[in-house]
Amino acid sequence: MQKWTLHISCIFIFICSSCSNENVDTYVSTPSPLQIPQLFEDNILNPVIPTDNPQTAEGIALGKKLFFDPILSANNTQACADCHAPENAFSDADRFSDGIDGIRGNRNSMPLFNLAWNYDEKFFWDGRVFSLEHQAFQPVTDPKEMHNTWQQVEQKLQEHSEYPSLFNLAFGTSKIDSAKVTKAIAQFERTLISSNSKFDKYLLGEATLTPQELNGFNVFMDETKGDCFHCHGSDKNPLWTDNIFHNNGLDATITDLGLGKVTGDPADNGKFKSPSLRNLAFTAPYMHDGRFATLDEVINHYSEGLQNSPTIDPLMKKVNLGGVQLSVQDKADLKAFLLSLSDNEFISNPNFLNQ
Amino acid sequence: MQRIIPILIFSFLTLLSCHNDNDDVTTQVNATFNFTHNWDGTSVTNANFNTIQYTNANGEQLSITKLRYLISKITFQKSNGEKITLDGYNLIDVTNNSNLSFTPTSSIPTGEYSKVSFTFGFNNDDNYNDNYTDLNSASWNVPAMLGGGYHYMQFEGKFINNTAIETGYAYHAIRAVDNSKTPQEFQDTFFEVDLGAITITNNAVFNVKMNISEWFKNPNTWDLNHLNSMLMPNFNAQVMMFENGQNVFSLESVTQ
Repeated sequence: MQKWTLHISCIFIFICSSCSNENVDTYVSTPSPLQIPQLFEDNILNPVIPTDNPQTAEGIALGKKLFFDPILSANNTQACADCHAPENAFSDADRFSDGIDGIRGNRNSMPLFNLAWNYDEKFFWDGRVFSLEHQAFQPVTDPKEMHNTWQQVEQKLQEHSEYPSLFNLAFGTSKIDSAKVTKAIAQFERTLISSNSKFDKYLLGEATLTPQELNGFNVFMDETKGDCFHCHGSDKNPLWTDNIFHNNGLDATITDLGLGKVTGDPADNGKFKSPSLRNLAFTAPYMHDGRFATLDEVINHYSEGLQNSPTIDPLMKKVNLGGVQLSVQDKADLKAFLLSLSDNEFISNPNFLNQ
Repeated sequence: MQRIIPILIFSFLTLLSCHNDNDDVTTQVNATFNFTHNWDGTSVTNANFNTIQYTNANGEQLSITKLRYLISKITFQKSNGEKITLDGYNLIDVTNNSNLSFTPTSSIPTGEYSKVSFTFGFNNDDNYNDNYTDLNSASWNVPAMLGGGYHYMQFEGKFINNTAIETGYAYHAIRAVDNSKTPQEFQDTFFEVDLGAITITNNAVFNVKMNISEWFKNPNTWDLNHLNSMLMPNFNAQVMMFENGQNVFSLESVTQ
């Protein structure tokens, strides 16, 4: 009899303890997976979505609001979108962006699109930050940018009339912290997908390229001419970047160490991330320091402007001649092709605008 | 009578468990391939990259800044000609110290094999008849104007040229194509690496080594002053790479 009592007691305790942490009211936000474009689906690996920050409708909406809200800056004058403007494919038309104190940085604002396909997850021109969530931490506190503290940001958001409830919708808690702020912004940034350029449509059989654009593509793919494809993707890699760091021969003497400052390895001095060639029509000026105002200057650089240095990439050919020596016609055709990678639908997508 | 029931059950289970037993059937094991690299016997890893410290057969001093290459079609062949080809391919990336070890998902039966081999690069079927999202993501493609498909190897660095200037080289191996002819003419440049015979008794690890200097050595003494870049559309250079590649790989050891 005593044994039976003991068994029943054990079962009762197990049942009670198994129920003790159950919460049938746990809030779940609305999943909103990325819409992967056909060319991406067909040709490249899936995007990187952290398991601890899945895409949700509420998270994306919150991230968008934060992206366009100057509340993140110390004096409420600067939003992410000020230096990452939608009409510039989320870059800045200025060579260097102004911070809230009028101080300018020394790098051109990077355009923002197709960020979830940066498989190595190294962000910034010099790759100094791993993951999109961590990237968003830096501009808020950078003295040359928003010059704020996260403590202040959290306090302002917490005292705001709307944000606590929006965070509650996105993350199931109205307690705001910096990690949730950057998670929301990263969710919004991952939705910034550009895949509707004329060249995309050509690959999908929905558009026809001009003979000039087609020849420009051949210049791009020809190892004896432009040889751009080794670093900048191809018809099989719709990102139009390898997201890898190269010294592309800008300077004989390296002053901005780029990746070298991050890794401490002199072999990385002067290396910067290959930018995507999508949306060049909107992202001038060009290069990590925005030194080239026009695409013509960029093409001329690779054609006859290369500067030798110890870490120049071996893929930079004919350095002693200044570059690949393109003809005037090939330069014009290459430019026409590059512009066919620009995506007008991307910069006018209402989902990405502050409205 | 009650005692006989457990005995009957035990006997039944014993018979059942023996039913499929066959001592003559081989067991399935995994094969792992480790790739190491050396320059005439001196170990090379990415820690040795970016410094001019090697001298090739033609006397040029050089560095390595990038080395990655593709292997596929790992095959175990029996003396009766039967072949087991394991699925998958591997892009060995020495630059980033990744994929230096490859264990195909499919297993092999233990037993005697007269030849173990893999393909350097892709054979033509694999090269042209599939679209590999991982290789596309790694910018491993060959332009359609050169026939399409994929690189077999990207080997890059700097060398001191005959005017004492540090110069880049990009020794990229693909299927040889002659674009000067219409239609284009191709020559196969993938090749089989024969690792020899083996008796597999357990999970096996094949330690394969690449002597990088061989790419410049035999039978063609490679002159980087003349052949340093734009080698993909250079039919003769691709054939020379194929010829020199025959002596690049060897089997260091097998552990099981």
